[in-house]
Amino acid sequence: MSKLQKAAIKRRDIREAVEQSLRARKRRSWRFRLVGLVAVLTGLLLLAIMFTSIASKGYSAFERTEVLLDIDLEEAVIDPEKTRSEEVLMRADYTGLIKTSLRKLFPQVKKRKQKRALYRLVSTGAGDQLRDRVLQDPSIIGSRVSVWLIADDDLDQYYKHGDSQSRLKDYQLQWVAQLNADQRLRTAFNSTFFTAGDSREPELAGIRGALTGSFFVILITLGLSLPLGVSAAIYLEEFAPRNRWTDLIEVNINNLAAVPSIVFGLLGLAVFINFMGLPRSAPLVGGLVLTLMTLPTIIIASRAALKSVPPSIREAALGMGASKTQMVFQHVLPLAMPGMLTGTIIGMAQALGETAPLLMIGMVAFIADVPTGPLDSATVLPVQIYLWADSPERAFMERTSAAILVLLAFLVLMNLLAIWLRRKFERRW
Amino acid sequence: MNLFVYFIVFVLLSIGAYWYGRRYSLSLVSRDRRRLHSLPQYYGYYVALWSVVPAFLMLLLWLFLDQDLIVHLVSAGLPESIKSLSPDELGLYLNDVVNLAKGNITSSEGDAIMQQAAAHYRHLLQISHMALGIAVTGSVVAGAAFSLHRIRPDFRSRPRVERMVKWLLVLSSSIAILTTVGIVLSVLFEAIRFFKIIPLTDFLFGLQWSPQMAIREDQVGASGAFGVVPLFAGTLLIALIAMLVAVPVGLMSAIYLVEFSGSRMRAWAKPLLEILAGIPTVVYGFFAALVVAPVLRSAGESVGLQVSSESALAAGLVMGIMIIPFVSSLSDDVINAVPQAMRDGSYALGATRAETIYRVIVPAALPGIVGGVLLAVSRAIGETMIVVMAAGLTANLTVNPLDSVTTITVQIVTLLVGDQEFDSPKTLAAFALGLVLFIATLLLNVLALHVVRKYREEYE
Repeated sequence: MSKLQKAAIKRRDIREAVEQSLRARKRRSWRFRLVGLVAVLTGLLLLAIMFTSIASKGYSAFERTEVLLDIDLEEAVIDPEKTRSEEVLMRADYTGLIKTSLRKLFPQVKKRKQKRALYRLVSTGAGDQLRDRVLQDPSIIGSRVSVWLIADDDLDQYYKHGDSQSRLKDYQLQWVAQLNADQRLRTAFNSTFFTAGDSREPELAGIRGALTGSFFVILITLGLSLPLGVSAAIYLEEFAPRNRWTDLIEVNINNLAAVPSIVFGLLGLAVFINFMGLPRSAPLVGGLVLTLMTLPTIIIASRAALKSVPPSIREAALGMGASKTQMVFQHVLPLAMPGMLTGTIIGMAQALGETAPLLMIGMVAFIADVPTGPLDSATVLPVQIYLWADSPERAFMERTSAAILVLLAFLVLMNLLAIWLRRKFERRW
Repeated sequence: MNLFVYFIVFVLLSIGAYWYGRRYSLSLVSRDRRRLHSLPQYYGYYVALWSVVPAFLMLLLWLFLDQDLIVHLVSAGLPESIKSLSPDELGLYLNDVVNLAKGNITSSEGDAIMQQAAAHYRHLLQISHMALGIAVTGSVVAGAAFSLHRIRPDFRSRPRVERMVKWLLVLSSSIAILTTVGIVLSVLFEAIRFFKIIPLTDFLFGLQWSPQMAIREDQVGASGAFGVVPLFAGTLLIALIAMLVAVPVGLMSAIYLVEFSGSRMRAWAKPLLEILAGIPTVVYGFFAALVVAPVLRSAGESVGLQVSSESALAAGLVMGIMIIPFVSSLSDDVINAVPQAMRDGSYALGATRAETIYRVIVPAALPGIVGGVLLAVSRAIGETMIVVMAAGLTANLTVNPLDSVTTITVQIVTLLVGDQEFDSPKTLAAFALGLVLFIATLLLNVLALHVVRKYREEYE
């Protein structure tokens, strides 16, 4: 074989080897790409699983089961002396009336234990419901009314989900079947969930107290962190000379942004509660702690917004004879404001969902009343979720999921607002 | 509500002062503003600042001091028999006096001495309120008079106002420093008190953690054990599991979104992934405790494994989900920052896309990626709600992810929520743990920022 032929064979071998390896390499590249796609889809899938599992658990809490009872509002029981004064009507034994009505509906129930089980089908809050009805219109006293009363949480869970793990006894289930056959059960919108404070009874528990607490906390956080954050950002971006002190401040802000939130809770406990003697569990303290926590976020966002204002604006203002302060406050700040507000809204969303530091300052107490001011004991929505998640009742699990849905709805709204602000006011210079 | 009233009063006062100062300056020059040195509103600002800021500072100072001062005065007026009580008991007694004076529920029956002390307290409080009212009003009037007195047509009010504004700006930017100082001091002081009771070496190297102080002296472990090693182990175990989920998924999705996917997929997949970062941690905690943990438990049972219902695995997995967007957006940034020329060079040499990525781009972006992962680790260590809700309370020294472990943050929460006596080692231990947590995350952050910054300088 000549030299040329040998070389040709060798070239062919090389080409074959290269083509073969190229096929393998391309396959590997394709596989790599697939792995990446799988990673993205995994992330999205996990998100979807989380949302659906919470939404599917929670949506049913927006409905409650009600029992239709015919109640004789006997004057002898409610208002024997016919005074019709509010005080007497407030204190009458409405629960007794409900019990009488239940006994009439199920005359076969005789044993004491069973009777008690029968009464337990209706919520302990049903008496208040009846009282409110009578107070609204005292003329119905003495007549027979048909009222939809709140059912107990066990009945509620059974009626809505019909599951086998129900805590209802067999004989109770028979009564429920009878009620159902008489069309005395229905589901209606659960207004209690939005109008009541916390309660030990799941069917009477609501998020109004937690929402009000969150409102006060966010109000204080916003009122303090927006002015403080914006002025800090203005100073650092526009006025500060480059020296050790400003370097220190900058390093500090960057580090504070990454300090675990629970450490801010420790700070709040030691400084605001033990040192300054502010009341425990108060939204004021919660607001102060969350202010310190969100300040770095707001400062960093505000500085970015200031940086994006082009220098030509500054030079033009200075050239027209404005002082530096006038230039900043009258020209740069208005242009940077949308960006600052976007950052602030994101910081507020973070504060709204924060739980851990608020546990430290005692906002975890069981509080049934709706707070009326920033110094009242209160809890906030995420802490309420934490508290309910600990409760063993299945009905509370449903309410926890529902409270999460409400919280997420608020967060989505805030983020949409931030996106809208950015879209609307974004300027390319 | 008092605070709110003060706030409104201050706002109204400053508006009034502004308006009056502006009018006064104009009246000096018979409404010919050209004869004024500065624009008339600066005279208004000047008067407003002088009348409100000193009064406001005085109010703040009073708010912080008056309680302590009054209680001190009350305790000085108590009879000797009570003053000779131990400091703790005296503190409790004074607490009762204050509660009695405010009409709250007290822990003990109020006897005559206490009633008297409460009356004394109420009396002092009244005096203090009156004094405050007089002092604040006086300071407003004095500030206004002083500033009005100084206003002349040639008075340079603009530079002065601007200097004051600048000082206010400096003050608000110093809050960041104050916060850090506050954190360090508050945590450090309590931690030092703790280390006086429990030696530092016992704390750092002890293998037992059972902070419950026994009620009877002869009970087992009567003094409690404060060895932090099991907590470290638990924290690191959960953080490790979280990283095993978050780093591959986060990094690979960042690579896919930057290098492979079209801009349209990127436009919707990236924000969707970032939703994960915006979900409150309490939601993750609920998901971990009530969805993931039962699933893991039944899955373990079906293959014959004993899975604790508070397993480290459940908490770690869910924490990993939480950290995915963190890792992916940080890696996204650094991968994007790798210069296009490096990619082009690699393609020109015949490398496939995948080869370019793991031979050229990832090595070039590695410092940034490592920095991002370090930041993610510090997040995982400091994360509280997921572990509080899904991890256990007992400190097991184990590496089995199916067992229940506890973490530093869980212990801080359990030690501080509920009953609190501020001198027991139990509460103080929480602050010592806080100090450890603060130092650990600070070191990780400093390290991560250093790595990231060093990398950035290379390409810009």
